Amino acid sequence: MLARGIGAVNAGQHAGQEVARAGRPRPKVRLRLINARVSRGGALFLGVLPFLVVAAAYLIASGKRLAANPADKLLPSPAQMWSAFLDLATVPDKRSGDLILWVDTYASLVRLFSGVGVATLVALSLGIAIGFIPRVQAFLLPFITVICVIPPLALLPILFITLGLGETAKITLIALGVAPVMVRDIANRVMELPTELVAKAQTLGGNSWTMVLRLVLPQVMPRLITCVRLALGPAWLFLIAAEAIASTEGLGYRIFLVRRYLSMDVILPYVAWITLLAVITDWLLVRLSHIISPWAHPVQDK
Amino acid sequence: MSRIVVHGLEKNYGDACVLEQVNVTAEPGEFLSLVGASGCGKSTFLRILLGQEQQSGGVVIVGDRLIVPEPTPQRGIVFQRYSVFPHLTAIQNLLLIEDFRSGGPFGRVFGARRRNARKEAEAMLERVGLAHARDLYPASLSGGMQQRLAIAQTLLGRPQILLLDEPFGALDPGIRVEMHELLTELWTEHGMTVVMVTHDIGEAFKLGTRVLVFDKVRHDPQFPSAYGATITYDLKLDRKNRASSQDVAKVAAMVGTTRLDSAIATTAS
Repeated sequence: MLARGIGAVNAGQHAGQEVARAGRPRPKVRLRLINARVSRGGALFLGVLPFLVVAAAYLIASGKRLAANPADKLLPSPAQMWSAFLDLATVPDKRSGDLILWVDTYASLVRLFSGVGVATLVALSLGIAIGFIPRVQAFLLPFITVICVIPPLALLPILFITLGLGETAKITLIALGVAPVMVRDIANRVMELPTELVAKAQTLGGNSWTMVLRLVLPQVMPRLITCVRLALGPAWLFLIAAEAIASTEGLGYRIFLVRRYLSMDVILPYVAWITLLAVITDWLLVRLSHIISPWAHPVQDK
Repeated sequence: MSRIVVHGLEKNYGDACVLEQVNVTAEPGEFLSLVGASGCGKSTFLRILLGQEQQSGGVVIVGDRLIVPEPTPQRGIVFQRYSVFPHLTAIQNLLLIEDFRSGGPFGRVFGARRRNARKEAEAMLERVGLAHARDLYPASLSGGMQQRLAIAQTLLGRPQILLLDEPFGALDPGIRVEMHELLTELWTEHGMTVVMVTHDIGEAFKLGTRVLVFDKVRHDPQFPSAYGATITYDLKLDRKNRASSQDVAKVAAMVGTTRLDSAIATTAS
C-alpha cells in the first residue's frame, strides 16, 4: 500500500516534470504594454540607442558637409573637435599663459557651487523655520510665494547695476534664482511631516530646537538633496547667462566668445563637457543621499 | 499613577459639535477602553488628553493641575500608524528619549550617560522581543514589530498616563493577541493609567478595567452635526470575573458592531 502510494506520488512528480518540460517553449502571451518587463540587456540596449542615433546622425551629416567643403565650420568632424578640445585643455594660451579649459571650468564651478551652496543653506534654514514654526510661516510664506514668481533673469540688470560686474553679482543671481523654489519645497516637506511624529517627539521630551535637530533635519535631508539636484538645472542656466553678459573667463563666457568665429569645434565639446560635469554632480548627490539617509533608500540596501 | 478628571468637556469645529458634556474621572492605574461608532469623537477626546488639540469648553485635570495644552512627557502616546521614527534604527528610536531629555542643545547624550541609556534601551528591546532587530530601520520591520517598538519607546519614557489610539488596528488577529499579552504585562509592571481608543469591542473588554461608550444622546435630523457625543455607558469590569457575554452584547449593540461573535471570542481569549 505504502509503496504503491509512494510510487503514485513519484509518478505524479514525473508527470509534473513532463508538463514542465513540454511547456518549456513558453506560450506566447501578449502582455499589455504596461506589464511587459524589460530584461537587463534589453534595458541597456534601449538606453544606449538614442545616444547612438544622435551620434550617427551627426557623423553622417558632418561627413557629407565636409566632403562638399573641407573648410566647413558648422559640423566639424570628431577629430577636429577632439584636437580643439585638447588644445584648450593642454596648450597654454598664447596671451595669458593659462590652460583655458581648466581656468574656465574652475571659474564656472566656483560660481555655480557658491550660488547653489548659499541657496541650499538659505532653503534649509528658512524652509524649516517656515514649515515648523507657525509664526514664521505667517510672517514669511506669503512673501516667499511672491518672490518665487519673479523671473530671476529680469533681476540680472539690477544685480549688475547694484553689485557691479564681478563675482558677487553672478553668485547672487544663481542663489536668487534657485533659492525661493527650494525654500518653498523644503517648507512643504516639513509641513507634510505626520503630526503623529511631531506629537510623539514632544511626549518623549523634545523641545522646538532639539526636534529640529533630531526629527525635522534628518527627515528633510533626502528631499533637500533632491531639491539641489533639480535646482542645478536652472543654476547652470543662470550661470551661463551671467557669464555670457559680463565675464572674462568661464564655460559660458567661452561659448559665447567663440560664437563670433563660428567655432563649432570648441562650442560642441564645451557643451559636452558641461553635460558631463552636470551628470557627475548629479550622480555624486545621489550617492550622498544614500550615505546620509540610508533609511530613505531601503531597496538599494538589499 | 495620575488621576484624570474631565468635567463638562466640549469640542466644536466651527458649527459642528463633536463632544459635549463629557464627564469622567479615571483613578490612577485604571485601564479605560473607549469604544463608539466611527467618527463619534473618541479619538478627538484622546487627542485632547494628549494636548494635540484643545477643548472648546470644560475642564481637564491631569494629576492635580489643569492639562498643559501641548504634548508633554507626562502623557505617552501610541498611534495606529507613524508611531516610530523612520529615520532611526530600533535602538536609536529608544535612545532618542535620553537624547531629548538630557542631551542639551545638541539633542544627544555622550559618554557614560549614553552607555547607561544604551543598556536600558537594550533591556527594553529584549523585553518586547526585538533584540534581534536592534539595528534595523522601521521600514524593514513588520507592522507588529513596529507597534512593539512604539510601545517600548513610549514606556521607556515612563509616562504617568499612556494613551493608545487604536494601537492594534492595523495588525493581524494572531499578532493582536500577542500584543494584548505584552500590553497587559507591561501595564501590570508599570501600573500607569491607560486610556485606549479601539474599534474592537472584544479588545476593549479583554484589556480594560472600564469600558466607556461614546455616543450621541440628541439627534437633529436636519443638521446631524448640531449635537456632539458624550459618554453614554460606563461599565466597570472586575479583572477576576471577566465580563459576561450579555455585557459585551449590550455594548456591541450600542456601538452598532456586526461582529458580535468575534468580540465575545476575543474577550474570552
